[in-house]
Amino acid sequence: MNPKIANKIADAVIYILVAIVVIILALLIGFILITGIPHISWHFLTSVSQSFSAGGGIRDQLFNSIYLLILTLIISFPIALGSGIYLAEYAPKNWFTSLIQTAIEVLSSLPSIIVGLFCYLLFVIEFQLGFSILSGAIALTFFNLPLLTRSIQESLESVPDLQRQAGASLGLSRWKTITGIIFPIAIPGIITGIILSAGRVFGEAAALIYTAGESAPAISYSNFNPFNPASFLNPMRPAETLAVHIWKVNTEGVTPDASQISSGSSAVLIIVILIFNLGAHYLGKHLYDKMTASK
Amino acid sequence: MAFKDYDFNDTYFATFDDEKALVTKDIQVYYGDNHAFHDGNLSFSRNKITALIGASGSGKSTYLRCLNRMNDDVARVTGQIMYRGMNINSSDVNVYEVRSHIGMVFQRPNPFAKSIRENITFALKQHGLKNKSELDKRVEESLRGASLWDEVKDRLDKSALSLSGGQAQRLCIARAIAMKPDILLMDEPASALDPISTKNIENTLNQLKKDYTIIIVTHNMQQASRISDYTSFFHLGHALEFDRTERIFTNPHVKATEDYISGNFG
Ligand SMILES: Nc1ncnc2c1ncn2[C@@H]1O[C@H](COP(=O)(O)OP(=O)(O)OP(=O)(O)O)[C@@H](O)[C@H]1O
Ligand SMILES: [Mg+2]
Repeated sequence: MNPKIANKIADAVIYILVAIVVIILALLIGFILITGIPHISWHFLTSVSQSFSAGGGIRDQLFNSIYLLILTLIISFPIALGSGIYLAEYAPKNWFTSLIQTAIEVLSSLPSIIVGLFCYLLFVIEFQLGFSILSGAIALTFFNLPLLTRSIQESLESVPDLQRQAGASLGLSRWKTITGIIFPIAIPGIITGIILSAGRVFGEAAALIYTAGESAPAISYSNFNPFNPASFLNPMRPAETLAVHIWKVNTEGVTPDASQISSGSSAVLIIVILIFNLGAHYLGKHLYDKMTASK
Repeated sequence: MAFKDYDFNDTYFATFDDEKALVTKDIQVYYGDNHAFHDGNLSFSRNKITALIGASGSGKSTYLRCLNRMNDDVARVTGQIMYRGMNINSSDVNVYEVRSHIGMVFQRPNPFAKSIRENITFALKQHGLKNKSELDKRVEESLRGASLWDEVKDRLDKSALSLSGGQAQRLCIARAIAMKPDILLMDEPASALDPISTKNIENTLNQLKKDYTIIIVTHNMQQASRISDYTSFFHLGHALEFDRTERIFTNPHVKATEDYISGNFG
C-alpha cells in the first residue's frame, strides 16, 4: 500500500473514533439537558426538597455539593501539593519511592463503596464525626489525593530540567527554583487535575451515603457562624449532595414528581460541572499568563 | 569511535604569571563507579577567556560543571577549587553563594517562562535586591552588556519565550551577568545558533572580557582561536595541554593536541 493511501486510511479511522466519542458525549449531555432543563425553574433552585409532596427544590443539595467540593479541596490540595512536589522534585529514585507510587495508584482504584464504609467505621463512628460534610470531605479526599498528586507530580516533571539548572546556576535554592520558576509553568496541568478530581466529587454518591449522609436538615443561609448547627457553613451537619439526591429520589423517592426532580437535578449537576470546568480553566489561564508574562 | 592510543603522561601545561581568578588542584570526578575525569590541574587567568576544547565525551562539561558545583547532585567530585583563597569544593561552603560569584550559561538557551525583565530580576530579588530603580538599572546594564538592549528595550514585559534562539541565549548571558559574578562558565553557548547569532555572542564575549573571567567550552576551533586567550585540550577525561591559544593552534607540544587540531584524530 502506498504511504499516501495508508495515511488517508489512518486519518479516517482516527476521525471516525473521535466522532464516535463526541457523538456519545453529545447524546448523553443532550439527553440529560433536554429532559432536565424544562424542570429547572427559579423555584426549583431556591426551595428546599420535599419528602412526600410534589414541588420540592434542590437548594440545599446544590449548595452542599459545592460546599463539599470546597472542603474536599481545602483538605486534599495542600496534601497533594506537598506529596506531588516531593515525588517530582525530591524523592530519590529507589524502591521506597516506587512503593509509595504504587500505594497511591492502588488508592485511586479502590471501589468507592469500600472507601465509604471504611470512612463510616473510622470517622463517622469511631471518631464520632457523625454523618457530616466533614466526614464526606475526608472520604472524598481518598479519591482526590491520588488524582491530584499524580497530576501535580506529572506537571512538575514535564518541566524541562534546563529550567532547574538555570535556577541553580543563579544561586537559587531548590525550593525557590521550584516555587518561583517550575511551579508557574506547571499550573495548567495542575488545574486539569483539579478539574478531573472535582468531577469525581460532584458525581460521587456511594461513598457519601455512608459519610455525608442522605438527609438535608433545614439550614439557614443568613447564619454565618460555622459552629452553629443551623448554619449553612457548619461542616458537622449531615448533608445530602445533588448526586446522592438523584440516587435517592430514583430508588426510594415517594414524591409524585420524583422523575422530574431527578431529571432536573441531573441537568443542574451537569451545568454546575461545566461552569466549574470553564471557571477553573479561565482562572488557571489567567494565573498562568500573569505568572509567566505570556498573553 | 576508536581513538589512537595517546600517553596520558604526555602533557604540557604552560604557566603564566598573571593574576589567577580560579585554580583547580587534582580534580577527580566520579559518576558512580565511572571515573570520568582525572587530575584536573588548571589555572584560569583573571579577565581572560580560556577555551576548553576536545572531542565529544572528553569531559569538558564534566569539568566545567565542577567549577560552580553544578555536579553536586550527579557526581562525586574530589580535589580543590581555589577561589579568592578559599576551597569552594569543600562541603561546608555555601553553594548558593558560590554560584552567585561564578555564573553559568548553558548550551541550549533556557530562559525562564517569565517576562524578559523578570528573567533578569527574579534571582536578584531572591538575593535581596529590592530597590526598583536599582533593579531597572541592572536590567538595562546587563542587557546592554549582552548586546540585547536595543532589540528588546521596547518589550521588556513581554514573555522571554517570544525571543529567537540567539536572543534567548543573549538573555541568558544577561541574566548571568546581572548577578555581577566574577567568573562566567559557558558550555558551548553558541552551538545551537546560526552564524550571525554566533557572531553576536562572540562580540559580546569580547566586550565582557573587560569585567569577567570567562571559561568557555567549544567544539568550534575557529571560535576558540578567535575569542580565547588561553586554550586547554581535553582527551578521554584528561586535560593534556594548556597554553596560549595561538600556540595551541600553531605549535602544540602534545601529540594528541596536534592530531586533534589538524584533524588526524581517531
Ligand atoms: N550525568 C552523567 N552520568 C553519568 N555519566 C556521565 C554523565 N555526564 C557525562 N557522563 C560521562 O562522562 C564522560 C564525559 O562527558 P562530558 O559530557 O563531560 O563530555 P564533553 O566533553 O562535554 O562532551 P560533548 O562535547 O559531547 O559535550 C562521558 O563518558 C559521559 O558518558
Ligand atoms: Mg559537553
